[in-house]
Formats: sequence, C-alpha cells, structure tokens
Amino acid sequence: MTVRRGEPARVRPSRRLRAAGLAVVLAVLIAVEGCAGLADVRQPSNTDGAAAIGAAGAVSAGSATRGDADMADADADRARIAALDPFEPLNRGVAQFNDTVDRWVFRPVAVFYDQYTPEVVQMIARNVLSNLLDPYIALNNFLQGKPGAGFNDLGRFAFNTTFGFFGFADPASDAGMPKHREDFGQTLGVWGVETGPFLVLPFFGPSNLRDGFGFGVDTYAALINRFDNVRFRNSAAGVQFVDTRVLLLPADRLLNDALDRYTLMRDAYLQRRRNLVFDGNPPDDE
Amino acid sequence: MTRFLLAALAAWLVALAPAGPALAQAAVAPDEQIRTMSTQIIERIKADRDLQAGDLRKLSQFVDETIMPSVNFERMTALSVGRSWRQATPEQQKQLMVEFRALLLRTYAGALSAVKDQTVRVKPLRAGADDAEVIVRSEIVQSRGDPIQLDYRMEKAGTAWRIYDLNVLGVWLVETYRNQFTQEINARGIDGLIKSLADRNRAFAQGAKG
Repeated sequence: MTVRRGEPARVRPSRRLRAAGLAVVLAVLIAVEGCAGLADVRQPSNTDGAAAIGAAGAVSAGSATRGDADMADADADRARIAALDPFEPLNRGVAQFNDTVDRWVFRPVAVFYDQYTPEVVQMIARNVLSNLLDPYIALNNFLQGKPGAGFNDLGRFAFNTTFGFFGFADPASDAGMPKHREDFGQTLGVWGVETGPFLVLPFFGPSNLRDGFGFGVDTYAALINRFDNVRFRNSAAGVQFVDTRVLLLPADRLLNDALDRYTLMRDAYLQRRRNLVFDGNPPDDE
Repeated sequence: MTRFLLAALAAWLVALAPAGPALAQAAVAPDEQIRTMSTQIIERIKADRDLQAGDLRKLSQFVDETIMPSVNFERMTALSVGRSWRQATPEQQKQLMVEFRALLLRTYAGALSAVKDQTVRVKPLRAGADDAEVIVRSEIVQSRGDPIQLDYRMEKAGTAWRIYDLNVLGVWLVETYRNQFTQEINARGIDGLIKSLADRNRAFAQGAKG
C-alpha cells in the first residue's frame, strides 16, 4: 500500500472483512435495484428539499430576493447531484455507520498502532505489503496499455524482493524505479467504463459501482491470498488495514472541519479517482 | 518652453512605447513563478518553528505577505460559492472571503508540521505563449514516500500570474467546497453560509485558546 499522508483514499480492509463487506454491498445493491424509484421519492434531507428552499427564501429575505430563477437554479443543483449520487440517502446512512465504527474501533486501533509501534517496524510492514502488490500493479499497467510502467513494476518487485530483502526496504525507488498506484477500477476507467453511481461501502468507505467492482477483483487477486498460512494471511491483511488507517489520520482534521463531511468525502473521492485513472493528468473540463 | 515640454513629452512617449512589449517579454513564466514561490515557502516554513507548530497568527501574517499577492482570492471564493456569488451583496462577498480564508488557514495550518526535507519539482508547462489561463503541475518530492501532486490553475494578471485554484493529489480546492457551499446556500441562503462558516471559525478560535 502506498497511500500517502492526508490522502482521501479508502481504508483497506482485512480479507474477511472485505468478503463480509462485499456480501453486504451486493445485498444492498440488490435491495436498491429492487426499489428503483428510490432516488425520485427520497425524503428531503436536512440540507435539501423543496421545503428547505422555501424556508431559506423566507429567511434570507434581507439579502438577495430568491425569485423563480433561483428556485430553478437550486433545482438544477439537485438534479446534478442526483445524477452523480442517486443513492445519497442510503449512502449517507452507511457513511454514518462507518463513522461510528471508525470512531470506536478503527481510529483508536490505528492511533494505538501508530504510537506504540516503532517507526522502523511500521516502515518495514508498509514496504513488505507494498512490494507484494507490485506484480498486480504491473498487470494492471499492462492491461492499461502501459508496458513501460508495467516492466518498471516487475523490475521493482524483483529488485526489492532480492536486494530489498523480501521487500523490507525499497531500494528500487532510490534506483529510479518509481512506485505506481494502479488497481482494477482504474484499468476499467482507462478502458472507458463510467464510474456509475457513487457508493459508500460498509466499513471500507467511499467508492462507486465501477471501483467497487474493481475493489472486489483487487481483493481476489491480492498476492497475500496466495499464501497458505491462514494466520500469516490474516495478520498481513490486518496490518494492512490498520496501516492504511494510520496514513489517513491526518485527513481526519479536514473531514471534521467540513461543513458537510459526507459531501466533502464524496467530492474529494470522485476527483481523486478520476485523477488516478488519468495518472495525474485528467483532461481539463472547466 | 512649450516646445521643450512637447519634446520632453514626445521623448517620454517614445521611451514608453516599447516598454509595453518589453515588459510583456520580461514577464515571469507561470511555472517559473510557482517554482520560486513554493521554494520560498518551504524554506520559510523550515526556518520558522512557530509556523511548523501551526501558530495561526503567524501563519496568517505569513500567508498575507508571501502567498496572497500571488492569489486571486476573490475569484477563488467566487468559484467556490458558485452561481450565488453574483447575487451576494458586496458586503456579503467580503464576509465570505474573510470566513473562507480563515477556514483554509485552519485546514492547512495542521499540515505545516510535516514540512521537513521536501523540495519542489515543477513539470514542463504545456501552454501556448499567449494563453491567459494555464495549469501548472508540480510535485512535492520527499525523501520518504511518494511525491505529492500539487497543481495550480493560474490567470494572467499584467506581467505576473495569479493562482485561483489548486489541487492536492488531484483534488481541486474549488470543486471540493462548491457542493458544500451550494447545499448550505440552498438550505439557508448566503447569510446562512456566512454564519455557518463564521460559527465554525469562532468555535475553533475559542477551542484553541481554551
């Protein structure tokens, strides 16, 4: 894993949690599919809905008068968001659940690990797990039509596994072979698959239909899963989960400071994914 | 005497005439400006323990001196507020800028403690010579960990360039605040947004003192 400080990425789960989570997601998706009209008949939440707009019009009478044009604008805003996030009420519920679990379990564990594990040990764990991911990143780069990057990643794996002592260290980066960040969701994006609706996965946080599916493929393909020793496998997945949360600790401040945590998380996540699909150079559509 | 004045005036005009294009040529390139500015900022923060500790008063002064002259903050705020900006009175616009600035200061103050051994690498600029708006892409390179993507949207302002949006790891500041602000305005109006921001800023200021 190479999630950087302050980066709004999702938390990597343990394998079992992932499996359980995916099952829940599938169930939820099926349920949502079942009531297809949900997006249209959803209850006005505290920040949107016609009633709120009407009230706002009355309250802000001191400022600009909100005429029909403003109402139309507000409707356009809601239509734009509804297209992007049709399951918003459901997503908000899941996000709230995730926040609660995070506050009482994930975050405290991450803070404890961060404080009581020597920096060197943290780095080694991070490097080893990151190294195990490189062949899969190479595969994705090949699938995305970037053989140069793919060979770079294979070279990294060979170099770090040998000279880096099973990936304890990362001499490849110093030797001019940079770490890449690719996953199957990005590969689908490069192939032209749209993101589909935004989704908040239980335990794992923000995603969308495309990247949620890609996440399932990533999980299945992870090299960690090829190890037969169940105890090792589970510990590795556990450390990976906690380490990812540690790297996200600095982002807590930003989220806590948001006017609306959910909106901030969603908009940052979608931009971040788009940026990753285009390897940092998304076409400018402003 | 009149003739002399006229001659002087003519000489002055002649002297001034080529100054226009000459100045335009001497204008700093936007990527060069980012390189200079970010290097300066990193050096200043490295040398100042108060800034690293996130001292808000010092940071505020630092931002006004070093960063704000290169930022079109009015445009940044206007874009973040979105359509409603035009409906806001000049007084409301001023308040929005004040509160938004405080919010951003607070958000970034915490990140300064992480400034240690970083350097800036500005990527080659892909823009035409007469573009009035460009995107400058850069990376913060650190000894440990991957480089951090940091891009700027800039507009030409005379001979210099001004930033009106930036992104960290591909997440643009304006786009990240716009939906939140729009939601708040749709629910409670422009004054409602100002109040929400002000309440937050005040609550934090009191928390910091206590």
